[in-house]
Amino acid sequence: MSVVIETKGLVKRYRGHVAVNGVDLTIERGEVFGLLGPNGSGKTTTILLLLGLTEPSGGTVSVLGLNPLRDPLSVKQRVAFLPDQVGFYDQLTARENLVYTARLAGIESGMAHRRIDESLARVRLEAVADRRVGTFSRGMRQRLGIAEIILKQPEIAILDEPTSGLDPQSTHELLTLIGDLARGGMTIVLSSHLLDMVQSICNRVALFNRGKIGLCGPVETLMGDVMGGTHTVEVDAAGIDLKEILAGKPHVMRVRQDRQNNWRVDTDADVRPEIARHIIAAGGELRRMSIRQTSLDDVYVRYFEEAANVQAA
Amino acid sequence: MFRQREGSPFRGLAVVALKEAADHMTSMRVHLVMLLILLTALGSVYAAIGQIKETVGEDAFLFLRLFTTAREPLPSFVAFLGFLLPLVAIALGFDSINGEYNRRTLPRVLSQPIYRDALLTGKFVGGLIIIGMCLLVLWLLMTGLGILLLGLPPSGEEVLRGIAYLFAAFAYAGVWLAVALLFSTLFRTPATSALATLTVWLLMTVFWSMLAPLLAGVLAPIDPLDPMTAVHQVEVQQAIARISPNVLYGEMTLGLLHPETRTFGLLFPSQVSQALMGAPLPVSQSLMLIWPQLSSMIAAFLVLFTIAYVSFQRQEIRP
Ligand SMILES: Nc1ncnc2c1ncn2[C@@H]1O[C@H](COP(=O)(O)OP(=O)(O)O)[C@@H](O)[C@H]1O
Ligand SMILES: [Mg+2]
Repeated sequence: MSVVIETKGLVKRYRGHVAVNGVDLTIERGEVFGLLGPNGSGKTTTILLLLGLTEPSGGTVSVLGLNPLRDPLSVKQRVAFLPDQVGFYDQLTARENLVYTARLAGIESGMAHRRIDESLARVRLEAVADRRVGTFSRGMRQRLGIAEIILKQPEIAILDEPTSGLDPQSTHELLTLIGDLARGGMTIVLSSHLLDMVQSICNRVALFNRGKIGLCGPVETLMGDVMGGTHTVEVDAAGIDLKEILAGKPHVMRVRQDRQNNWRVDTDADVRPEIARHIIAAGGELRRMSIRQTSLDDVYVRYFEEAANVQAA
Repeated sequence: MFRQREGSPFRGLAVVALKEAADHMTSMRVHLVMLLILLTALGSVYAAIGQIKETVGEDAFLFLRLFTTAREPLPSFVAFLGFLLPLVAIALGFDSINGEYNRRTLPRVLSQPIYRDALLTGKFVGGLIIIGMCLLVLWLLMTGLGILLLGLPPSGEEVLRGIAYLFAAFAYAGVWLAVALLFSTLFRTPATSALATLTVWLLMTVFWSMLAPLLAGVLAPIDPLDPMTAVHQVEVQQAIARISPNVLYGEMTLGLLHPETRTFGLLFPSQVSQALMGAPLPVSQSLMLIWPQLSSMIAAFLVLFTIAYVSFQRQEIRP
C-alpha cells in the first residue's frame, strides 16, 4: 500500500474566516475514502486544495508525490475531478462535451473517440450521446461526469457530493458506477453529507466539523468509538428502570432513556434474550423490543450532537 | 502567483480558442450581429457607389472612396464599422468568463491539465478569430462589389492601404474585445458586464467628443492675453480625446484611406468622410503617420488584457 494523498496542517482562510483549519489526511492507493460532514464544514475547500485549484493559507499537500501548486498540470493529468453540481456546455451534445475534455486532457484523437464510446456505454448514455446536454436530467449529467472520469483514466478520482440532489434510483446507479471504478483499481475520494451512501461504499471516512477532521478511520471503528457499540436495541417496558437493571451487564455499552417507558441500549452484540430475561427477572413488563445495526447516520448524529454540546459548554 | 510553475501556460490554448470560435459561429447572438453588419455594409457601399458615380470624375484613389464616401443619410462604411465593431466585440466577449462560472463548467474545465492562462487567452484568441474572419469577409465583399459596380480593379497601393486599414480595424475591435473580456471577469452576472461594457462604449463613442473640450477647458484655461494658451488648450483637448479608441480609429482610417492626410491637427471623427486637399503621401509615410495611434491601441489592449488576467488569476474557482 502506498500513500497517494497526504496533507499536513492544511489551512485555508477566506478574509479572516477559516474554511479549513488544520487538516491532516493520508489516503492510500486503492482506497475509497469518504469526506463526511454537514454543509459548510470545509469538504469542498479541502478538495480544491488537493487539486491545486485554490491556494492554501498554510500547510502542505502532496498528491501522487507531487505538489499541486508547483506541478499542477501533472497532478491534474493523473487526477480526475467531478465537481459539486457539475456543469456542462448545454448547447453541445454529450459526445461533444467529452471531446472537448479529451482535447484539453491531451488525449490523442483516435484513442479519445474509442474511449468516449466506451465510457458513454459504461454509464449507459450511448443512446443519448448525440443529444444536447441541455436536455439532460440531473442524474444523466452526473453520469456524464462519471463518463468523463472513465475517459480520462486517472489514478485518483475526486467526487464532490456526487449524489446530492439525485433520486434514490439515480443515487443507486451512481454508487454502482463508482463502485465499479473502485474495483478497477482507481483510488476514490468522495465527499458527502449523506451518510448511508458513504457507508455502503467507503473503506474509510473522515468526519469534518467546522474545518477540522473530528474523527477518521474505518467505518466499523468509528461506530465502536462514537457509539460504543455496533447494535442498538430499542426497548418498551414498564415497571422497571432499565438503566439500573442493565448496569454492568456484559456487551451492554450504554443505556439511554428516550421517553417514559422507552429505552435505547447500545451493545456490541445481539443480546436481546439477555435483556428480556433481566427485565422479566426484575418484575418488569416487556412490551416491545427491536434491534438494528448501528449506521453511520447514528455516528454522525451522535458525533455532531456531542460537538454541539462541547461548543455550547 | 508568480511562483515557479511546471508545464507550459499555453497548453490547451488552441483547444479553447477553437472551441470558442466554433461556439460563436453557432451562436444566435453572433449571427444577429453579423447580419446587422453585413446589411449596413452593403447599404453603405451601395450608397457610396451611387455618390461616387454622381460626383467624382478623376480620382487616383477611387477604390478607397468606397470605404470613406458617405451619402446622406447614411454614414460611410468606415464610420459604420467604427460604430458596429465594438458591438461585435462586446457580443463576443461580455459573458466569456462569467458565463463559465454561471454554467458551473469552470471547475471541471480547470481540473483538466491546463492553466487558467490558457482558458483566458484561448477565449480571447477565439473571439479574435471570429472578428478577423468577419473583417476579412467584409473586406473581400467590398472589393468584389467595387470591382463589379465601379468596373475598376484597385491599384496595388490601394490594396496595401486597404490591408493596413483591415489591420487597424482589427486592433480597434481587439481593444473592445479586451474591454468586454475584462468586464466578464470583474462582474459575475452577464447582464451587469454587458451593461458596463455598453456604458463604456456609449461614453467613448458618443459622449467623449463632447466631454473632451469641457475637460480641456478645465485643465488648460485660456488666458485672453496669451494666444498660446488657446493652442495649448486645443492640444490638451486632443490628448484627452485620444483616450477614446474611437478617436484613434477615426484618425487611423483618415491617415490610411485618405492618402492626402499629413497631420491630424484639429480633426475629429465626424470629419473623417470629408476629403482633404493636397497631394497624396506614399503608403510608408501614411503608415508612419498612424503608427502612434496603432501602437497606443495595441498598448491599451495589452493593459486591459493584463488587468483581466490578474483579476482572473486571483478569483476563487467557486461561483
Ligand atoms: N470563496 C469563499 N469566500 C469566503 N468563504 C468561503 C468561500 N468558499 C467557501 N467559503 C466558506 O468556507 C466554509 C467551508 O465551505 P465548503 O468547503 O464549501 O464546505 P462544504 O463543502 O463542506 O459544504 C463555509 O463556511 C463557506 O461559507
Ligand atoms: Mg461542498
